[in-house]
Amino acid sequence: MFPASRYSIQAQRCIRALKTVQAEHAPSQHYTWGRNCSSAVMPRITSHYTIFPRDKDPRWEGVEMERFADEADVVIVGGGPAGLSAAIRLKQLAKEQEKELRVCLVEKASQIGAHTLSGACLEPSALNELFPDWKERGAPLNTPVTEDLFSILTEKYRIPVPMLPGLPMNNHGNYIVRLGHFVHWLGEQAEELGVEIYPGYAAAEVLFHEDGSVKGIATNDVGIAKDGSPKDVFERGMELHAKVTLFGEGCHGHLAKQLYRQFNLRENCEPQTYAIGLKELWVIDEKKWRPGRVEHSVGWPLNRNTYGGSFLYHLNEGEPLVALGFVVGLDYTNPYLSPFREFQRWKHHPFVAKTLEGGDRIAYGARALNEGGYQCLPKVTFPGGMLIGCSPGFMNVPKIKGTHTAMKSGMLAAEAIFPKVTAEDPASETAGLHIPEYEDNLKKSWIWKELYAVRNIRPSFHNYFGLYGGMIYTGVFYWILRGKEPWTLKHAGLDSAQLKPAKECTPIEYPKPDGKLSFDLLSSVALSGTNHEGDQPPHLTLKDDSIPVANNLAIYDGPEQRFCPAGVYEYVPLETGEGMRLQINAQNCVHCKTCDIKDPSQNINWVVPEGSGGPAYNGL
Amino acid sequence: MSRVLVGVKRVIDYAVKIRVKPDHSGVVTDGVKHSMNPFCEIAVEEAVKLKEKKFIKEVVAVSCGPTQVTETIRTALAMGCDRGIHVEVSGKDYEAMGPLQISKIFAALAKKEEASLVILGKQAIDDDCNQTGQMTAALLDWPQGTFASEVTIDGEKVKVVREIDGGLETIKISMPAVLTADLRLNTPRYATLPNIMKAKKKKIANMKPADLGVDEPPTRLAGVKVETVDDLVAKLKANGTI
Repeated sequence: MFPASRYSIQAQRCIRALKTVQAEHAPSQHYTWGRNCSSAVMPRITSHYTIFPRDKDPRWEGVEMERFADEADVVIVGGGPAGLSAAIRLKQLAKEQEKELRVCLVEKASQIGAHTLSGACLEPSALNELFPDWKERGAPLNTPVTEDLFSILTEKYRIPVPMLPGLPMNNHGNYIVRLGHFVHWLGEQAEELGVEIYPGYAAAEVLFHEDGSVKGIATNDVGIAKDGSPKDVFERGMELHAKVTLFGEGCHGHLAKQLYRQFNLRENCEPQTYAIGLKELWVIDEKKWRPGRVEHSVGWPLNRNTYGGSFLYHLNEGEPLVALGFVVGLDYTNPYLSPFREFQRWKHHPFVAKTLEGGDRIAYGARALNEGGYQCLPKVTFPGGMLIGCSPGFMNVPKIKGTHTAMKSGMLAAEAIFPKVTAEDPASETAGLHIPEYEDNLKKSWIWKELYAVRNIRPSFHNYFGLYGGMIYTGVFYWILRGKEPWTLKHAGLDSAQLKPAKECTPIEYPKPDGKLSFDLLSSVALSGTNHEGDQPPHLTLKDDSIPVANNLAIYDGPEQRFCPAGVYEYVPLETGEGMRLQINAQNCVHCKTCDIKDPSQNINWVVPEGSGGPAYNGL
Repeated sequence: MSRVLVGVKRVIDYAVKIRVKPDHSGVVTDGVKHSMNPFCEIAVEEAVKLKEKKFIKEVVAVSCGPTQVTETIRTALAMGCDRGIHVEVSGKDYEAMGPLQISKIFAALAKKEEASLVILGKQAIDDDCNQTGQMTAALLDWPQGTFASEVTIDGEKVKVVREIDGGLETIKISMPAVLTADLRLNTPRYATLPNIMKAKKKKIANMKPADLGVDEPPTRLAGVKVETVDDLVAKLKANGTI
């Protein structure tokens, strides 16, 4: 395996030592590969009907599976900025042109905004187009940005980087918002315009016409027990049929994942690459409060080859509130890295700690976000539907903003759909309308120009100098040349393929949480208010129950116990016999989608749990 | 002509961490996830079950509070109630309201609607008072079956199995009566989307406590701390309590 002759004496000794280590651990590896030689009994983990179909399950014999169906003109999946903007725009057009249009929106959260999490610095460009009178309508944009700081952190010090105008993350003219509250306000505007909004109902299944076009969606079934059998209160979900269905599930939506495969939407783009963002809200000491101040940092505690950084925004909404958080690119290679613990230890940096000292943490949450940009945009229209918002992924990564582009994509979708759904004769080849005009409009809009100009910044981090190479590239090619260089850099590939085996990496020593600035995982999860009906099949389904121990634990030391920001995945010792088993604490899930993205075996398939479960974020 | 009144309360969801307001005047409720009190869900389920078994003709869901409680009434309607009544109380009045005022409202409504049963949850998870059901029965001078874990209607009487400290107690009370639901009474059904859509067409009547002859809650006086038992006795004698 190793051409030993090519190496120095020290290297040869090292290689011999490694081989001994491998040999010592080999027996336990065989053990946990378990199929024939293990005597331990692995309890079944997955019971969801997407893995074990109910038509073959004897417990479901004779159960009424008919679904109630209803028709709308447009059905929108997801009540986030994109979905709501699309709904609002459709109703605005209907009002202008005095046409009737039934728009239904389903959202898995118990109330609009409860699953929304973002920094966030909102660029009001799309909002100005949607509601030029947003101020009179009471949109919660209360904090204009007054100060913009950027730093490179080392373990103890801070190197300030000047925020020159023209740099992508310059925030002049933007507002610090609590996106959950903004989305809630959008929901109220939508309801006033007559959009039917149904929070607490998750779209669990895409429905298809005979000709293969999308017919609509079906909401989740309720009343299935943890072992997959029907309970007394079992009821089927409802079918919502539409001429066009918009999918705005946000980053890495589970229905979108299905649609990519069904319609081959990703054949001409790179696989999407992601990051995980963790966020907290703190009430700080009034003396330290600087409303309107935006702080970003890169560097410590991440090494130069791990993409990521922090944000800290001072809100101006009455009490001295700051929104802070940490983003880690999910293309990281060390399986011992824990984004949650990096976040917690970053707070101890003197520059950050001085703001937080004496403060109280009042909220916590996490969500995956897109980092792929232009190179990863799939086809967004297909017969019967289209993708909007962060689902296909319009986030401007160096600007760290995706809300304005998500809203604009929703509006463009509405503008493309409206003439078609209100036309007397839609003249469509398929039963579900195919509206490629949406994609054409996107390509002509400012979204496309914006994403094209910044397309090379994120991939430029994939060089030996990592972060510093990327910053130099940004300085030269973006700040000076505005992204006009003729080449387009590639990303590194699938995030899940980037992990190195555990034996090639060093475990990271994280400091213990001190309970004042940094905290443990479980108390953080409690603050997210997340909860699910306990007696339902775990919605983190595994295609093969044996792979976590056989592959994830054996080769990568179980990275899911570290990257999950909610403590869903735990490797616990088996009750009898030797070895470990994976325990999935599905009730903790905060719907961030990181596991579906980063699982090195791509064995985890996140599906939607019963509606109204999940986090209960309040203005995150 | 049997009609049942069911009380539903909108409370902060049990899984959410409560935060005290910075001015210590109460807890933060703005934007916080609320849901129907779990014991009220059980009460609604029991009422709907009784209707399905044809013991009663109509179920009316009642809630007292600001505009947001209509969402809770809507959920009750989606679970099978026929119509709703929203008794509007908001702002400071809502914060000052307690079981006594609610019982007065329910007693007035029970008389007005000629209800044969009033079914409430045994307690709310935010204040844990466990008083409204009992007070309502007292104001109406009706029999009460509290902590019900099983309810059977037998002609003009109701057989109630109650969960008490020593175990289970079975009582037979005549209607009209007040029942309060305990945990093991039933498993509430889900409010499914087709039912929520149908519930949008059901009526929710709007009224104020004054319309029912119930006046505003008195302002709560601050408490007084005393050092010794003698002081306590002296103070109680002074204000006429003993």
